[in-house]
Amino acid sequence: MNASVGQSRPQAGASLGSEHSHDAALCIHDVTVAYHKRPVLWDVDLDVPRGSLVGVLGPNGAGKSTLIKAVIDQVPRASGNVLIFGGPYSERRERIGYVPQRESVDWDFPVTALDVAAMGLYGRIGWFGRVKRRHREQALSAMERMGIADLANRQISQLSGGQQQRTFLARALVQDADLYLMDEPFAGVDAATERTIVEILRELRARGKTVLVVHHDLQTVREYFDRVILLNMRVVAHGRTVDVFNASNLQKTYGGTLTLLADAAEAMHRSGVRR
Amino acid sequence: MTLIADEFAGEAWRVILLQDYNTRLVTLSAMALGASCGLVGAFMMLRKRALLGDAAAHAALPGLCLAFFVGVAGGLVEKSTPLLLLGAFVSAALGALFVVVISGRTRLKEDTLLGVVLSVFFGVGVALLGVAQQLPGAQASGLESFIYGKVASMVLQDAVWIGGACGLVCLACTLLYKEFTLLCFDPAFARGQGLNVRWLDASLMALVVLVTCVGLQAVGLILIVALLVIPPAAARFWTDRLAPLLFISAALGAISAAMGAMISALLPKAPSGAVIVLCAAGFFCLSMLLGPARGLLARWRERRAFVRSVRQEHLLRAVFEWHEAAGGDAPHAAPLDALRSARRWSRGGLAAAIRQAVGSGFAVHLSGGRIGLTPEGLTKARELVRRHRLWEAYLIHHADIDPTHVDRPADELEHVLGPEMTARLSAALFGGEGTQPVPPSPHALPGPHVDGGPNRGGL
Repeated sequence: MNASVGQSRPQAGASLGSEHSHDAALCIHDVTVAYHKRPVLWDVDLDVPRGSLVGVLGPNGAGKSTLIKAVIDQVPRASGNVLIFGGPYSERRERIGYVPQRESVDWDFPVTALDVAAMGLYGRIGWFGRVKRRHREQALSAMERMGIADLANRQISQLSGGQQQRTFLARALVQDADLYLMDEPFAGVDAATERTIVEILRELRARGKTVLVVHHDLQTVREYFDRVILLNMRVVAHGRTVDVFNASNLQKTYGGTLTLLADAAEAMHRSGVRR
Repeated sequence: MTLIADEFAGEAWRVILLQDYNTRLVTLSAMALGASCGLVGAFMMLRKRALLGDAAAHAALPGLCLAFFVGVAGGLVEKSTPLLLLGAFVSAALGALFVVVISGRTRLKEDTLLGVVLSVFFGVGVALLGVAQQLPGAQASGLESFIYGKVASMVLQDAVWIGGACGLVCLACTLLYKEFTLLCFDPAFARGQGLNVRWLDASLMALVVLVTCVGLQAVGLILIVALLVIPPAAARFWTDRLAPLLFISAALGAISAAMGAMISALLPKAPSGAVIVLCAAGFFCLSMLLGPARGLLARWRERRAFVRSVRQEHLLRAVFEWHEAAGGDAPHAAPLDALRSARRWSRGGLAAAIRQAVGSGFAVHLSGGRIGLTPEGLTKARELVRRHRLWEAYLIHHADIDPTHVDRPADELEHVLGPEMTARLSAALFGGEGTQPVPPSPHALPGPHVDGGPNRGGL
């Protein structure tokens, strides 16, 4: 009985529909997310091909972070499912490197930058295990790639915003994941940090990794990303940057045409419709 | 009178040297309790749930009373510690669980729910306690000692419970050190690393409830929160690292509890919970004042060092600029009067700045009341002036600020932004790295000719 359940998994993937390709790094299928009954993402349906560098764009409150959190099961999905390299998140966890927003943690926490970078190895070290010298060396070499090895022993509150962001990226790099999900890595960083991050993103792509980056600066989109997802509570456009990153799609994403959808969400929230 | 004093002194020595079996028992178990509370409390503080222990302690009261009823009904007149502890543990755990679960399900914030749980459970407990005190045996079981704490009422059995709890806490915090750290720092990332955050939170809460319950008798349920919150808060002043923080917090907890227990052994009327809190509070004040990591004294010294270095930098720059405006040859020097009018010095500020600069070998007193720069001083002054003018130029050209208004902001920036920023600034203005010469001042300098002095114009 159990065996047949296990075998039915690939079929569940196959039943996603012909428009979903199987070697995609990430398949998001009909995902809707609601916070306190207020829908923030409607029916997101897209594939992210392997080895692509994808910008997730949209105005504030468009659900960019929510999309990423829905992929890694941080927020409950009202409907739909997500396949990562053909499997559910729970089975692909160690292949995903998540870089949360910098503001999501307390930077006054009594740890050093190296401690934070080494946290990316905790899953591999396992329960009750100790952080050993070779783990620290791994973390340090990731910090070196981010150009912050000399700050390893600084308490994290003594780092600048850009250095904190680099520390977060170092923490994700030590994981050596295949799919990276980065929530606004460029927010509030200095120009040097931005350059370093862009270099790392390209290096990751060159090594066949897939990277999703929540991004704000429309000026740099063409330069940084192969593909974009234009998001405003639903997917406005998704595809290669050269194809979809154009004025009309941007107008649809950032323009005021979405008030109706927002109002509908508000009405659903007020009427207390259960999800 | 002296007889009483002597007697008291003798008693005090007996307590301090742990000569009595009872004092030994009480003091050592108080230490174990303080250490475990300090350890768990540090993690709770970092998890930003410092007050959960308080809610749990108050929530223990109804369970305690119900356990007492069960004991009476079961024919136990003597105090039965395991039964009472079990009752306390179950109801405290329920209270803590209630806070966390409800806050995850509704939009109420945790602090609101803490208030609800704390007051409701405690209210129920007080009502039950009223009933319990009518029953025979209430006096013997010493139910009130659970509220205010009475270390003297501890017996071997209590000490064993505390020791066991302490051992468990130390073991758990050692084994789960890495997991608890990540849980407290970044729970979302912890989930990505495959840690079961809910399970970890539950374990941490269970440890809090455990130390709370075994500590009720010593410290009392109203004040046990002090042992969970004050030592970690005090330890934070001493260090910026986690492992030392845990150690210091546990040590402060142990010392406060031991001192409190000893003092209340000497003064049997004083409720031990209150005495322990007072000892912990004393350590807190000391830490806040003297803690090297972020204590007030350390902050003050840092600030003073900064003020002094700013003052010295002002002096060096003033000498350099006066000399530059005067157009004289070496040595770089300026008369005292000119320096005095060069900027608004605080009272005695100029004299102090000169003393300092002379002391650190940047300046020398020259004949005719002049202050001269040594070679080191000149190098430093040149760098300072360059930095100042780069900032002025940046503010004028990139921030569109009027040249007559850039002196003050540049004055503030030059001290706080180091060489790295200056190099970037230079690159932004001149397109290249490296050592540009000192650019001319964009505004008039206070020189020998006060009115219409040599204005070198903008860049």
